[in-house]
Amino acid sequence: MTTSSVAAAGVSGRSHHSKRGALRAFVVKELHHILRDRQTLTILLLMPLVQVVLFGFALRSDVRDIRLAVVDPSPNHESIALRDRFNGTGRFRIVTTAPTVAAVEPLFRRGQADVALVFPPDFAEQRADSTPSQLMMLVDASDPNTGTTMQAYTRAVITAYENDQEPSRAIRIVPDVRMRFNPTLESVNLFVPGLIALVLTLVSALMTAISLSRENERGTLEILLVSPLKPAQIIVGKVLPYLGLAFANVITALLAAWLVFDVPFRGSLPLLLAESTIYSLVSLALGVLVASKTPSQRAAMLVALMATMLPNVLLSGMVFPISSMPAWLVPITYIVPARWFIVVARGIMLKGVGLEYLWRETLVLIGMTVFLLAAAVRSFKPRIG
Amino acid sequence: MSGTSQNRAIDARNLTRRFGSFVAVDHITFDVGAGEVFGFLGANGAGKTTAIKMLIGLLAPSEGKATVAGFDVATQTEQIRRSIGYMSQRFSLYEDLTVRENIQLYGGIYGLTDEQISSRTAALLASLDMQSMADDLVARLPLGWKQKLAFSVALIHEPKIVFLDEPTGGVDPITRRQFWELIYSAAANGTTVFVTTHYMDEAEYCDRISIMVDGRIAAMGTPRELKERFNAPTVDEVFVRLARPGAGQRGAA
Repeated sequence: MTTSSVAAAGVSGRSHHSKRGALRAFVVKELHHILRDRQTLTILLLMPLVQVVLFGFALRSDVRDIRLAVVDPSPNHESIALRDRFNGTGRFRIVTTAPTVAAVEPLFRRGQADVALVFPPDFAEQRADSTPSQLMMLVDASDPNTGTTMQAYTRAVITAYENDQEPSRAIRIVPDVRMRFNPTLESVNLFVPGLIALVLTLVSALMTAISLSRENERGTLEILLVSPLKPAQIIVGKVLPYLGLAFANVITALLAAWLVFDVPFRGSLPLLLAESTIYSLVSLALGVLVASKTPSQRAAMLVALMATMLPNVLLSGMVFPISSMPAWLVPITYIVPARWFIVVARGIMLKGVGLEYLWRETLVLIGMTVFLLAAAVRSFKPRIG
Repeated sequence: MSGTSQNRAIDARNLTRRFGSFVAVDHITFDVGAGEVFGFLGANGAGKTTAIKMLIGLLAPSEGKATVAGFDVATQTEQIRRSIGYMSQRFSLYEDLTVRENIQLYGGIYGLTDEQISSRTAALLASLDMQSMADDLVARLPLGWKQKLAFSVALIHEPKIVFLDEPTGGVDPITRRQFWELIYSAAANGTTVFVTTHYMDEAEYCDRISIMVDGRIAAMGTPRELKERFNAPTVDEVFVRLARPGAGQRGAA
């Protein structure tokens, strides 16, 4: 190539091929970075497992051994049969049997009883007449999750007892549930959707921010910007490998939730994976933005944590229900991507619904992805005007 | 292709860059011929890095014009990027990749085919006598080797011009010497070398040098011309006279 026109022709002639080659070379490099940093990789791969197991046991540890206090003013064979049912489940342990509610109250306060079952004094007569009985159930709901679960178990035992009666002797036991210590109970039920959001955010936003600001700090980013690589290629090259990692994490979290805790999965797995991809892209774009606005790796890490983890945990509905937030805070949750993803993931996993119900949240997530990716590419314009 | 700049690798006319009211580069005019080794000297803050950034397309000029490899820095940055190599003062290879992987990466980024990459990798390793280290992580190499490797990698796509921004910082004298041999052999192959340096003995190796003071080019010529003009024994002495605060017509700060 002796003259520049020949060189230019050569360049444009193979530009199609070279663009793909350039991106491939870049992705290979990123994979090397990720795979060679064994420590980080191990942490990233195990994180969903550890999170699911930790959260799972933390939320469910007390539910296996429910301490039941029975208030039975006039014991009879019917009430004793029902008590035996509770004993027989293996989940309940009767810690005391008392004639009055007042007698079990101190046990609650000292935390020695979780649930109290109060029989009416005329339980035997009501059964004999086949009139509905009012059974009262007191539940320690200082931990709302456990409270809900214990209440559900207690109801289930009573219902099962009821169903086993001969139809002619069918009676209705109407449990009168009162939540103790936390009367405005909100169901924060399953944590796995929120956890998936958390893990995806961590891997996607935090790791991209760190990896990109590392390049900036070490000076290699400058070399990349001087190269023929386009900003969009750099971003895609950074994002693709982490997308793979995010996928692995979703699968791990789902498997752990299912194997260890029997968390149901009622909807479509491909749909959830597709939604997870969109959500990861949002987080990855956020990570790129954070990296381009912060001066160092350390700062990028802190900002990424603050900008993604905190809203993800506090404002997404993962832990604190949005319905119980003050009115002024609710609009702020609209800009938290995790809020939308959690609705989607809960819908798919727990309700088994599809896009026909979740299209609005999905559109919001896609909109956020487009907006943030465009902003990320713009923030990477190598030329400062 | 503009015919006038055909033989000039770099052609800058009144190139200027302002940051607010501060003029970092103040109407500099110079040209660099094809195959020339051009030393771009100046104290820290004199505007060298800003000038380089305009030439390699990282910064838009505020005023003036420049062409690099015949392409306009204001409008044809994409073509410029394909025609130049760049090595910054900070180490530009990836420490957690092997020597070979680094070469393959930059070959790929610059759009070489797989065959080109493998043949040039072999040639590069042979010329640096690094075949035995090809699969070592770059982190394990001594600094001198790293710098030589970084230079060769910057040339992997056979650019017309290579920009070296203080390439020998922190390198021992013997390695610096070897590094300059690499620069000469690149120049002998027709590559234009645009190099900034702090070491004035290195300035003596250049075909031509320019000395920047406060955003302007205070002197330009071959090392011998400058020494004669300033009646100084070394380029170092020329530099000190020009760059000393209060030198020239600018008055004491």
